[in-house]
Order: sequence, then C-alpha cells, then structure tokens
Amino acid sequence: MEGLGEARIMEIKWYIGLAVALFCTGIVGVLTRRNSIIIFMCIELMLNAVNLLLVAFSKMHGGASAVVQSNPNVVSDAQIFVFFIMVVAAAEVSVGLAIIVMLYRNTHSVDVNFLNRLKN
Amino acid sequence: MSITEILFWGLSALALFSAIMVVASKSPVHSILYLIVVFFAISGHYVLLNAQFLAIVNIIVYAGAIMVLFLFVVMLMNLNAESEPKKHRMMQFAGLISGGCLFLVIISAISDTQHASNMVQMSTGGDGLIKNLGKVLFKDYVLPFEISSVLFLSAMIGAVVIGKKESPPTPKGGDL
Repeated sequence: MEGLGEARIMEIKWYIGLAVALFCTGIVGVLTRRNSIIIFMCIELMLNAVNLLLVAFSKMHGGASAVVQSNPNVVSDAQIFVFFIMVVAAAEVSVGLAIIVMLYRNTHSVDVNFLNRLKN
Repeated sequence: MSITEILFWGLSALALFSAIMVVASKSPVHSILYLIVVFFAISGHYVLLNAQFLAIVNIIVYAGAIMVLFLFVVMLMNLNAESEPKKHRMMQFAGLISGGCLFLVIISAISDTQHASNMVQMSTGGDGLIKNLGKVLFKDYVLPFEISSVLFLSAMIGAVVIGKKESPPTPKGGDL
C-alpha cells in the first residue's frame, strides 16, 4: 500500500458502526437461536466486535494528541489489553464447551430450553 | 477511493455477511465455518490498523484453536440441520426487533457525538508489531502474563473435571 500517504485514515464512526453491527448480530443470534453451541458462538462474535473496536480506538488520533504525549505507550497498552481479552476468551471457551458437552450427555440435546429444569 | 478504503469496505461487508450467515444458517457446521470467515475478516481489519500481532493471534487462537474446538464438539454430538431446535416464530421476530432497536439506539447516540469523525490512523506506527508488543508484554505486563498461565491451567483442570463422566456410565456415551 505505497503511495497512499494521505489516504490511510478512516473516520472512527465507520469502525463504531461495523463493531455495533457485529455486536447486534451476535445479540440477535443469542435471542433467536436455541442451540447452545450457536448461542456460544454468537457470544464469541460479540467479544470479537468489541476487540475490533478497542483496537480501532487505540489507533485514534495517531501520535499527536495529548493522551499519546502524556503516555507514549498507550497504543501498546490497548493492544496488550485486547491480547488479554483473547487469553481469557480462550480459557472461557474451553470451560463453556465442557459444560455444553456435559449438558448434551445428560439430556441428549443441545437445546437451551432443557435448562428450564434448573428452576426447580 | 484508495486501496485502504476498498479493503476496509470489502472486509466489513465480508464480516457482516458472514456474521448474519452465522445466525441464519440452519446447520451448526455451516455456522462455525462462517464464523471462521468472520474471524479472518476481523484479522484483516487488524492488519489494516497495523496491529499485526493481534491479527496473527486472532487467527491462531480464534480461527485455529477455538473454532476447531467448536467443530470438534459439533462433530462429537453429530448435530445437523434436522436435529436443530427451533424457536417459535414470534420469539424470533421479537429477538430480531430488539437487536435492531439496540443497533439503532447505539448508532443514533454515536452519531450525535462530536468525536464521531475523529480519524483512525491506519497502517502507521510500529506499536502493534510483535517486537514492540513483546517488549511491553515481558517488561510491564509480566505479572498478568504469568497469571494468565495459571488461569489456563485452572481452565484446563475445570474442563476436565466438568467433562469427566460421572459414576454410572451410560453404555454407549461418548467420552472426551
């Protein structure tokens, strides 16, 4: 991507729009599906939308703003933050999938409606 | 329109289309494959933002490890489109409406702010490169890094404990 010097910027609102659209798609999936695996995947989708927005915010303002001048590491810090979110998500997925496997073993279905019996 | 913008819009369209297909497709295996496409598109966005480390981590951890785990579980349970539980049509409609309402509310709230047209600097700055992030990670964030290894250990033990078969085993039950 050489020779595009001045054009390498996007307005933050497009990133916000994309992340919000992905997040709301995940929410619609959680609300409309009953398969617990797909609900779990939609949660991952929402997590990734937020990660994308965090990275986009970390690159906002470039190197000129007061925030960057008072703390030169702000971009690295933001990306390390996203990295740790991914770490926690990986741990969460392993436990969550174990729970889903156990649900399937006990009910022979992945339907979340079977979890209604937890009420009593 | 520059190459960066074309890539941005292309990757955004790919991510949104695949995200909608994740929710809409009947078969869980198709949903997983579309979710992998979403993760690759998001990794492309990270590359555009010059966050190469996160792009690689996203591909390795999400598209590589987590989605293989999902695929493995779906294969283990032998799920397909026929065994898919269906929600009532009215409930689906209500979910769609509420998600769309949330989208509209957030978008209209964002568009009212004066910072909505702040610029994101793409493909500049070396902060997202592996060299720089590695230095930061092993200098300033050593303790959280090590604690996350303990977290992984406990997650592994937790997964094994939860997934372990209980005392009276079913004759043909699958074992992880």
